[in-house]
Amino acid sequence: MNASPITAVFDDFAPAILPPVLPESDVSYAVEDTAVGRLLLAVRADGRLVTSAYVADSDTEDAWLQRLSDHVSPRVLRHTRPLDTARRELAAYLSGKATTFSVPVDLVLASDFQRSVLDGLRARVGYGASTTYGELAAAIDRPRASRAVGTALGGNPLCVFVPCHRVLPAGGSVVGGVRNVGGYAGGPAAKEYLLTLEAGSSGGSRR
Amino acid sequence: MERLTGATHTGERGDSHNRTAYRFIIVSLPPFQTLVDAHWRDVARLAHALAGPNLGDDVAQQAWTQALAAYPRLTSARNLRGWLLTITHRCAMDAHRAARRTVAHEDPASLTAAPTVDGPVAHDDGLWARVAALPDRQREAVVLKYVADLDHRGIATALDTTPAMSRRLVSDALATLRLDREELR
Repeated sequence: MNASPITAVFDDFAPAILPPVLPESDVSYAVEDTAVGRLLLAVRADGRLVTSAYVADSDTEDAWLQRLSDHVSPRVLRHTRPLDTARRELAAYLSGKATTFSVPVDLVLASDFQRSVLDGLRARVGYGASTTYGELAAAIDRPRASRAVGTALGGNPLCVFVPCHRVLPAGGSVVGGVRNVGGYAGGPAAKEYLLTLEAGSSGGSRR
Repeated sequence: MERLTGATHTGERGDSHNRTAYRFIIVSLPPFQTLVDAHWRDVARLAHALAGPNLGDDVAQQAWTQALAAYPRLTSARNLRGWLLTITHRCAMDAHRAARRTVAHEDPASLTAAPTVDGPVAHDDGLWARVAALPDRQREAVVLKYVADLDHRGIATALDTTPAMSRRLVSDALATLRLDREELR
């Protein structure tokens, strides 16, 4: 019994094939290399931004895509066009030409507490300003929850667009000539970069 | 990739306008893009093998569109490749039926003849033509086995039959092809 001559023909059978062209669906995403790091941006079909997350490696990227699949819709597809507005605004912001974002956001990936923290942050802390974890906790009527606020900000699904980089530790101490800016999803260097950019002092040259 | 979270009722908070909209996730499906990236070659190969190079692209495209539409309703994340190949197979059969409906029906023989599959321009001693001339079920089974690389259980699912029947169809097809080869000598 020798079936190899038959299967060999099928192995050679490699027609010119192209990947399918699929329409934009429930969630469109793109990964963007920016001055602060690799960012995964995702929008819903209605144009609201649901994710702007630092994805240093493909594992982190997969984890965020899985979150989108579980909590928004499994119809997650790579499409750049629906993200044009967000990408343009991000580029303008990172080059210091814009101070605000007009793209609508959707905090569907945030928990209830996270949403109250992030909404409070957006309402209270403007461009170039900063606050501390304790102050923000007090501002949302949870004065003892500064650590929880820190955790909530750490899991911010909309980095940069919801400015969690404007929240600093209370001490603000200088350790070894480096300002302690606290933790950040994109790393302390990215946080420092954004703060310097917003302070308007030679934006960008400190990186 | 194919993570199954069992019956963890993760309530979605819906959009901010409509907090009452809850969607209960029974299965954790991978993002659709990972399916496309992992399996588009298999789907395209199967579509070309079943429907020929003229219809192959359309069939693959149609299969992906149908899969995308049905994806959120899937109740199991197991064997997503098999699911996609089954859809592709169904689309190819639909394409054959549509092609038969559109041909001129003056010649009644064209109704009973097996749909012609234009084979690749390969030095195969006309094997491809003989595969195309096999009875429908045998051709489908043999293509699913050797082009789509499905096992007999997968073929049985795609053809809506039993694994034993799939084994039989493949073996009959191979026997016919071998016989043809003997005659040629």
